[in-house]
Amino acid sequence: MKRITRRSILAAAPSALVLTAVPARAEKQYGPGVSDTEIKIGNTGPYSGPASSYGTIPKSMAAYYKMVNDQGGVNGRKINFMSYDDAYSPPKTVEQVRRLVEQDGVLLVAASLGTPTNSAIWNYMNQKKVPQLFVSTGATKWDDPKHHPWTMGWQPNYQSEGRVYAAYIVEHKPDGKIGVLYQNDDFGKDYLKGLKDGLGDKAKSMVVIEAAYETTDPTVDSQIIGMKAAGCDVFVNTGIPKFAAQAIRKAAEIEWKPLHILSSVGTSVAATLKPAGLENAKDLVTDFYIKDPTDPQWQDDQGYKDWLAFMDKYYPEGDKTDAGNVYGPSVSQTVVQVLKQCGDELTRDNVMRQAANLHDFTVPMLLPGIKINTSPSDFAPVKQIQMARFDGERWRLFGPLISGSVTG
Amino acid sequence: MELLLQQLMAGLATGAIYAAMALAVVMIYQAIDHLNFAQGEMAMFSTFLAWQMIQWGQPYWVAFIGAVVLSFLGGIAIERVLFKPIRTAPILSQLVAFIALYGILNSSAGEIWDFTIKTFPTPFGTAPLFGQNLISTHQAGMIGVTLAMLGLLYLFFRGSRLGLAMRAAAANPDSARLVGIRVGWMLALGWGMSAAVGAVAGMLIAPVVFLEPNMMLGVLLYGFAGAVLGGLSSPGGAVAGGFAVGVIENLAGTFIPYVGRELKLTIALVLIVAVLMVRPSGVFGRAVVSRV
Amino acid sequence: MTIPPQETAVLTRERPRGAAVARAGPRHLTIGVAIVVALLLPLLTTSFVTFQLTLVMIYGLAILGLNLLTGFNGQFSLGHSAFYGIGAYTAAILMDQGELAYYWTLPCAGVLCFAVGFLFGLPALRLQGLYLALATFALATAMPQILKFHPLEPLTGGVQGIAILKPDPPPGVPLSADQWLYYFTLAVLLVMFGGAANLVKSRTGRAIMAIRDHPLAAAAMGINTALYKTLTFGVSALYTGVAGALGAIAVQFVAPDSFTFLLSVSLLVGLVIGGVASIPGCLVGGLFVLFVPNIAESISRGLAGAVYGVILLLVIYVMPSGAAGLARILTARLASIRSIRTEGRST
Repeated sequence: MKRITRRSILAAAPSALVLTAVPARAEKQYGPGVSDTEIKIGNTGPYSGPASSYGTIPKSMAAYYKMVNDQGGVNGRKINFMSYDDAYSPPKTVEQVRRLVEQDGVLLVAASLGTPTNSAIWNYMNQKKVPQLFVSTGATKWDDPKHHPWTMGWQPNYQSEGRVYAAYIVEHKPDGKIGVLYQNDDFGKDYLKGLKDGLGDKAKSMVVIEAAYETTDPTVDSQIIGMKAAGCDVFVNTGIPKFAAQAIRKAAEIEWKPLHILSSVGTSVAATLKPAGLENAKDLVTDFYIKDPTDPQWQDDQGYKDWLAFMDKYYPEGDKTDAGNVYGPSVSQTVVQVLKQCGDELTRDNVMRQAANLHDFTVPMLLPGIKINTSPSDFAPVKQIQMARFDGERWRLFGPLISGSVTG
Repeated sequence: MELLLQQLMAGLATGAIYAAMALAVVMIYQAIDHLNFAQGEMAMFSTFLAWQMIQWGQPYWVAFIGAVVLSFLGGIAIERVLFKPIRTAPILSQLVAFIALYGILNSSAGEIWDFTIKTFPTPFGTAPLFGQNLISTHQAGMIGVTLAMLGLLYLFFRGSRLGLAMRAAAANPDSARLVGIRVGWMLALGWGMSAAVGAVAGMLIAPVVFLEPNMMLGVLLYGFAGAVLGGLSSPGGAVAGGFAVGVIENLAGTFIPYVGRELKLTIALVLIVAVLMVRPSGVFGRAVVSRV
Repeated sequence: MTIPPQETAVLTRERPRGAAVARAGPRHLTIGVAIVVALLLPLLTTSFVTFQLTLVMIYGLAILGLNLLTGFNGQFSLGHSAFYGIGAYTAAILMDQGELAYYWTLPCAGVLCFAVGFLFGLPALRLQGLYLALATFALATAMPQILKFHPLEPLTGGVQGIAILKPDPPPGVPLSADQWLYYFTLAVLLVMFGGAANLVKSRTGRAIMAIRDHPLAAAAMGINTALYKTLTFGVSALYTGVAGALGAIAVQFVAPDSFTFLLSVSLLVGLVIGGVASIPGCLVGGLFVLFVPNIAESISRGLAGAVYGVILLLVIYVMPSGAAGLARILTARLASIRSIRTEGRST
């Protein structure tokens, strides 16, 4: 739960904003950063520092906007994507976002990366009434239109995913002993909370080992050994690719074969499973909302082919095995859709209105069937996920599209 | 009991990583009297060079030796080009130069090779050692190579004239100059050797932790902790310290209830500091006696 | 043989009183001008730049804390991010849960950090050089882990951190919140920098520096090295803690991963760039820490880290003793040029 003081002050601020769907009016109305030829969009991301591996996400976004501009822009206006480095440091994010809003005069800030970084600017954006759209993090707190009407998430949040895992475990191993590997920060702890909430009263008895790791830890071998020794027969592995891969490999090494659930963060065939050993990853279960570009099943998929062409032309130096490079363009497509829906009424008010007015919008690299829907009371664009099992070569999707909906 | 044994062995295995790094840290410390923040990044960069050579079709041993040689030369070059001009600058300024080197190497590696993890081969295989599931053959190999390097370095420094000259240059540069030792080149040699040791360490570590630009920061800091614990004046102590850090951390994480899991790094460091209270120069270090 | 009177004057060359004042004059003038400029800046520039300058002052103050310990007292610390973090969280918790006014959080943060620093300084007495560095590194690493620690979450907000509101100017004052915070920070800065300058010039300061330069001689002269070293640790922590509290107020948010070891490294870089053992240099350090990463980024976003490293190296080459060292060299050159000219005139 978030901690805000003097809620009353903040609650008063958004009452001016009316979040009803209003059709775009005919005359031009421009907010800051907009002209007849240009729309300025702001963004921050970790181009340097400890999280610089995620720096490719904003880079892929920039490439995508370049493609949009080459194809004529949005309603005739080119997108000026201004992205700054915050080194994943919240004070730096505050500085860069203030620069974007106060000095560069952007219309909105799109898809800034990170939970603590976005938390740092959360109140500022809502006080200044600048759209903080589609933040690149799965933290649950962003779906809060009542108190933070200017902020919206995008991907399915981690707690929802955790609950889905809980439901799956309860269905398939109701008496299981669960070991959880999680990153010792907001992202990892959110998964853990979702899992435990989903298990409800059974959490205390089922979750036997909660093993944290820090990103500076060299290995997680010790945690895996501990889980096997404790008799765990269910393993919820929410690590980022490096640690997820280490865990998969170690489990195989010590001949521990639990019901192994991987989080959507660590599913990439090339980035996680291959290094871990494809044979070791057999029978892993996970959830997906976005297509893994390294999974052979999408080879002939039109969305994948288009994405590949985009990468070849606009971001050739980007790593085609990095899921972040699928995430970036997908979020950007959503931004472009919002801007399109605004028409000529490109004010911040209307941007938020249109962002809360997405109906069955599809993005090619999301799983087939997943549709983006938002409303004034529903700030979770992508809610659906689907489970999959690894067969040693590719992920086999199974079951229905599950709608996870935990709000912050 | 079995858990204790398993965690102990896992701790030794992880400790081997830290020990290899600690050895490189102490090597350069003995040569230049400072901690080189960029040591880990140099090792990482060397490992990437080896990986690239393997990608270009070279067999493992060619890449291994190639990387070691390139690192040796690179270390010498870094010393001659980057650090010679500031050798007379205050210590803290030199420290900042190390930090700069860290940034350059880390950022460049990320740009050149991306951040997706890569596998790095091991010459030792990964089967469980002696069929037991305690450690793998690679981890045993890593421990063996670290100890072998330690032995070689010991022989070099104690038994060879060059080694003696290097020690003299580090301990008392002025007197060493007076007896005809080329102090500048001794320092460069120290850098080169430390870079080479780092390269070997990196290539041993990468198969375990996966190769990526950020793989070494944690290892360097743990290696540093191990080196300090063991005593910066004692390479053997540093290696022992590295192993100790691995074991302490694993055992703390497993057996200390409640706090162990989230605070294991803190606990490990607190224990090390506690040891330093009793032995301020490290367990095996020699206390420096200064003449008034 | 008697020496003619005018030669005696030349030989003894007692500096006339005026000259002493003249030597102090330019320095005081510079400080005066700087203060005036500092007072005018927020009125002449945007809110955003005012905010940046406030951060520069805050980092400068944090660096001054580190400087007192490492620069003036020779105790190497990699742990000041912990003191900054403690100060920041003290302010955040007191404002968020204690509903305390922002200005009271500064003394609270200061006192708490002094205590922590002093207590840490006690065992640190036994450690030197890199061993001390490791102990302080342990402190820096422990800080985020403790802040994220589950049982402490009700207090610290855990990984989600704590958000606080920026203080408004007192009623009737026609300034924006940013400008008010700037002036508040400036006032705190002047008081604390002045205090540090006084400390350094005093007998205590000389004792502290003596311990840095010749610890054995200092002890032999009767200086209680243990007491001074631990007190310096405490004062140093106090300064950085107050900076942390101001930082929390300025950024309006605290989270555990804002206060990692990397912050300690930044402070160290700022210290060196500004000039070790130079008080005004700390502000140069603050400027560097805030603006140079932005400059590096504008040169190459992908290689921002590498460009930053290159800039760092270049700066070290050009001014190995930091900005203060460079200033010293330049003023010495100017003074020697001036004295050559005056001597030329008098002979």
